[in-house]
Amino acid sequence: MTKTWKELPEGGLITESGNAHQYETGDWRNLRPVHDREKCINCLFCWIYCPDSAIIVKDGKVVGIDYAHCKGCGICARECPDKVKAIKMVDESEYE
Amino acid sequence: MATKELVARTGNEAMAEAMRQINPDVVAAYPITPATEIVQLFSSYVADGLVDTEFVTVESEHSAMSACVGASTAGARVMTGTSSQGLILMAEILYIAAGLRCPIILAEVNRALSSPINIHCDHSDTMSVRDSGWIQIFSENSQEAYDNMIQAVRIGEHMDVRLPVMVTTDGFIISHGLEAISMLEDKEVQDFIGPYKAAYSLLDVEKPITAGGLDFTDYYFEHRRQTAQAMKNAKKVILEVGREFGEKFGRNYGFFEGYKLDDAEIALVLLGSTAGTARVAVDQLREAGVKCGLLKLRVFRPFPAEELAEALKHLKAIAVMDRSDSLSTAGGPLFAEVRSALYDLPERPAIVNYIYGLGGRDITVEDLEGVYRELQRISGGGQVQETIQYLGVRE
Repeated sequence: MTKTWKELPEGGLITESGNAHQYETGDWRNLRPVHDREKCINCLFCWIYCPDSAIIVKDGKVVGIDYAHCKGCGICARECPDKVKAIKMVDESEYE
Repeated sequence: MATKELVARTGNEAMAEAMRQINPDVVAAYPITPATEIVQLFSSYVADGLVDTEFVTVESEHSAMSACVGASTAGARVMTGTSSQGLILMAEILYIAAGLRCPIILAEVNRALSSPINIHCDHSDTMSVRDSGWIQIFSENSQEAYDNMIQAVRIGEHMDVRLPVMVTTDGFIISHGLEAISMLEDKEVQDFIGPYKAAYSLLDVEKPITAGGLDFTDYYFEHRRQTAQAMKNAKKVILEVGREFGEKFGRNYGFFEGYKLDDAEIALVLLGSTAGTARVAVDQLREAGVKCGLLKLRVFRPFPAEELAEALKHLKAIAVMDRSDSLSTAGGPLFAEVRSALYDLPERPAIVNYIYGLGGRDITVEDLEGVYRELQRISGGGQVQETIQYLGVRE
């Protein structure tokens, strides 16, 4: 964020790969996915579908959500099986 | 001086021949009306196997420039040609080419813009994209068009510049006028331009890049500042390349060319083919004892403001000749920039603006003599009656 015009690659080129992680998009979010570990069956549908790779998985289990990058699209909550519904979308205003 | 004997070439042929000798990797083009025959001629070189170029036919000028940007980002040496409506249809992508720092070379033939529909010379098309980040070089004749095309490659591709370059001729007057020009040998052109090595390539899987990323409030300004610096750097490179071209081939190029300017008291400042007409007017008036001269500007972007001020500061009165009208009511684009360049002089010459030749309206030696006579009156202490005038329109 602090690089001057003299330090940046010219033409707005991004000259290294895998750096989307450095750009935090979490503040775009209106609805926050809240994960309930008790209900979750760890089918990992949410992890597969998340377009921002924001579902944190450890040892084959969903352990949380990366709120620094989650844009709040709600795909995880929708794809969570009907019988489970372990992810609920909550208005961000409730967390302010 | 290793130049061959004179050959007859129109402006379009001269530019197409330069493209053949440059032998770019990719040319993408579309023949919009009023197209020029530059890319048509070039396509025959491709068909005849005279060049190694991948010729991409597309469905519009917008697509032509888009294909050029794609090819350039992939690391290719890229050229195209257009005119008038075609140039402004490209406009969106012209800005992108400059922003992505693609050294694309464009052969542009200056023509009027619709409406009304007109296919003849004026500078409205080129002036309409003057802030797109392209280097803009004007040519007085076929020889300059040819020489400028070859120099454009070195200027645009220089590591301190990396900007696209448009080389212009005046529609019909130069584009279709047959003139004697001196061409270089193919090898001389190749040796002069050298191979192109892109800093980055979209096709380089070892060094993957993203081009055209999103740039918000946090980075956009920095990238625009870089492009401004590249344009600044281009000033030095344009002079270096012009000097080297002169040393090798005997024809020197700078930002502008003065004609009988050093001891002149009054002068015209203009672009392109009208310089030839103005020289005749200067010669005739000089014989009558009038101390008049001419400054023909070659490089409009970057604009050589300091150098122009230095070259014009000794004059008593100047007329800036604009072959396009910005419709600002404050004068044409050349006038606005020349007048601004002179602002910091301790003693400024009187300055007036003539908008002339729109839609190909002929400009004669007598027209220009009339302008010089008016400058004479002003330099002799007469009042400037109208700063901005239309020359050659039926009142």
